Amino acid sequence: MTVEATAGPAVRSTPRIQSELMKSRVAAAMWFLVPMLVALAIVAGWPLLRTIYFSFTNTSLNNLYGGDFVGFKNYLSWTTLKSGRTVFSGLLVDPAWWNAVGNTLRFAVISVTLETVIGMIVALVLNAEFKGRGIVRAAILIPWAIPTIVSAKMWSWMLNDQFGIINDLFLNLGIISQKVAWTASADTAMTAVLIVDIWKTTPFMALLILAGLQMVPKDVYEAARIDGVHPVKVFFRVTLPLVRPAVMVAVIFRLLDAMRIFDLIYVLTPNSSATKTMSVISRENLFDFDKFAYGSAQSTLLFLLIAVMTGLYIWLGKVRFDGGDR
Amino acid sequence: MTMKSLMLGLLMSVSAVATVQAADLQIVLGDTGTGLKFLQSQVDRYMAQYPEDKVTIVPMPSSTTDQFGQYKLWLAAGNADIDVYTTDVIWAPQLADHLTDLTEATKDIIGGYFPAIVESQTANGKLVALPSFTDAPALYYRKDLLEKYNKPVPKTWDELAATAKEIMDGERAAGNKDMWGFVWQGNAYEGLTCDALEWVKSSGGGQIVEPDGTISINNPKAAAALDRAKGWVGTISPEGVLSYGEEESRGVWQLGNSVFMRNWPYAYGLGNGADSAVKGKFDVTTLPVGAEGDSPAATLGGWNLAVSKYSPDQDAAIRLVKFLSSPDEQKRRAIEQTNLPTLMATYDDPDVAAAAPIIPLWKDVFLNAVPRPSGPTKLKYNEVSSLFWSAVHDTLSGKGSGADNLELLEAKLTELKGSGW
Repeated sequence: MTVEATAGPAVRSTPRIQSELMKSRVAAAMWFLVPMLVALAIVAGWPLLRTIYFSFTNTSLNNLYGGDFVGFKNYLSWTTLKSGRTVFSGLLVDPAWWNAVGNTLRFAVISVTLETVIGMIVALVLNAEFKGRGIVRAAILIPWAIPTIVSAKMWSWMLNDQFGIINDLFLNLGIISQKVAWTASADTAMTAVLIVDIWKTTPFMALLILAGLQMVPKDVYEAARIDGVHPVKVFFRVTLPLVRPAVMVAVIFRLLDAMRIFDLIYVLTPNSSATKTMSVISRENLFDFDKFAYGSAQSTLLFLLIAVMTGLYIWLGKVRFDGGDR
Repeated sequence: MTMKSLMLGLLMSVSAVATVQAADLQIVLGDTGTGLKFLQSQVDRYMAQYPEDKVTIVPMPSSTTDQFGQYKLWLAAGNADIDVYTTDVIWAPQLADHLTDLTEATKDIIGGYFPAIVESQTANGKLVALPSFTDAPALYYRKDLLEKYNKPVPKTWDELAATAKEIMDGERAAGNKDMWGFVWQGNAYEGLTCDALEWVKSSGGGQIVEPDGTISINNPKAAAALDRAKGWVGTISPEGVLSYGEEESRGVWQLGNSVFMRNWPYAYGLGNGADSAVKGKFDVTTLPVGAEGDSPAATLGGWNLAVSKYSPDQDAAIRLVKFLSSPDEQKRRAIEQTNLPTLMATYDDPDVAAAAPIIPLWKDVFLNAVPRPSGPTKLKYNEVSSLFWSAVHDTLSGKGSGADNLELLEAKLTELKGSGW
């Protein structure tokens, strides 16, 4: 704090001191960042590079160090049969993989959209002044604080077709005429996953948007009220543009999370093609099957897909992470 | 903590270190029924006999597919924390590289075990696990309900469906709205491979991959068997059966809400437990067949004990494995858990016959046991099984007919097989 206070005026008066001061500040910052960068390199960078390397080999889990380099064979390879027909194989032409990509994208888009809308509503409510606001704010975070595996198991019992409380409630209320197998049937399995995910992560969304809402200056609203602007118009013309940066950042966090969804689907639904996502299918290949390299290729592609999506999103949405807006 | 107890604790830890060959053993077990409680009692007896060893049980999920993924990961990483693994009958070829060869340690006792089971646990000439109990599923039926509706025990699958439907409708009309006809394991996991293999095999449709390695699954009889099972979902079986494992189906059954159940022997003892709604009301028989003249089939299951190659206490771990599979322990297991012994002599034990009359009964079931194709498909078994259960699950949930899905399955298996398994 004191550094900023003294550096502030100095910046304007003498540019030479600024560069020296800046230099030492940057150097100090670098030293503070080193532990984190080292930790990141060890727990994120190295595994990532190794996974990418494995995807170009024929490594198996029984023999992690004995794999040979096979180039792009795990991704795409082809053989020409005697009849002249060319047969393609590999990840890029694997229908099971593309089905998983489809499932993941569908899940990510629907869940993040709904979570943003509901999260925005919750944030607006929590932003209002009312008695007991602190308690409500804390309470709403509970679903998010429960470990996913616990909430998934909890919901799987609640959604159980024979003993589940949801079926019991709906039957007694007359909403359904017979017990529904929520997680088992291919038609409702994805919906069940979406419901649980939205229940779980909306609080996260609401919290980030709420932080954005609290940065909106009060006098803007006052001015709008004096001018007699309709509240709906205030929301779309004042609130929304001002919280947009916060929402955009929140969405990107959720999108990254949703693209690698694993635990909820693994615990909640049968291991069927209706809900299998990219993470689920790559785990299966990595550990259950004797296809470690193929699973690594899927993980690599998953990483690339997420990277591309994030890049596109930042570029198209003109997101800035310093809180401002372009 | 007082100074005195602190000193006492210090002294005790010092004396523990001083004992010769003190071993700290970890054993993993999938949690099904009362299995954990029983293993704990076994471990307590072991520790009473060998006070220098300390054995801790590490509980695992009950799904064998989940267990396998975790074990394979640990073993590939050379994890030294787990000393003894409880292994499924189908895992031997896939985990063989990481397990200790028990041939030498068991050469004096191995003659007492069923040769076929010992054979299943031998990979590349290594005995990788000692059989602890064997498993073969049976058809559980409510004898009180069959009597009430004056129905014979069904011999064919169609008979079963008809009987189940009639009793279910009758019971529902009488006020039990939660009544179902038949529960089994329909989730997309190893259990479905077992169930579906029985439907196919008992209808004369082969056993997916034959012992010589030929892929036989794409045939009209197999397709008809799957389509028949598809007809049960939503009629005599709850639609939720598509997400049921062993424990979920036992849940429905043990509340008295199903006429029939396909399950492993462990459910027999539990079904006759004090808190069971079906206590004394049911019996077991061999699973039905496709048509008169077909022979019944029961998927061979069973659990074995293996020592990790990475365990620092090899001798103690082997001693524990031998203790847990010893005649005394197998007898206790048979009586308390209704698990089928792997020692031939235990079947003729009069105590076992008296306490668990089901065990001699199960001999008929056991005689019809059909192995899963884990032998011929070797390291690729898990993928074969997964492709099979996916094709079955798709058929059951209405995504394509049995014939379509099996044709696709054959193509995938052929590609997977390549030039050989």
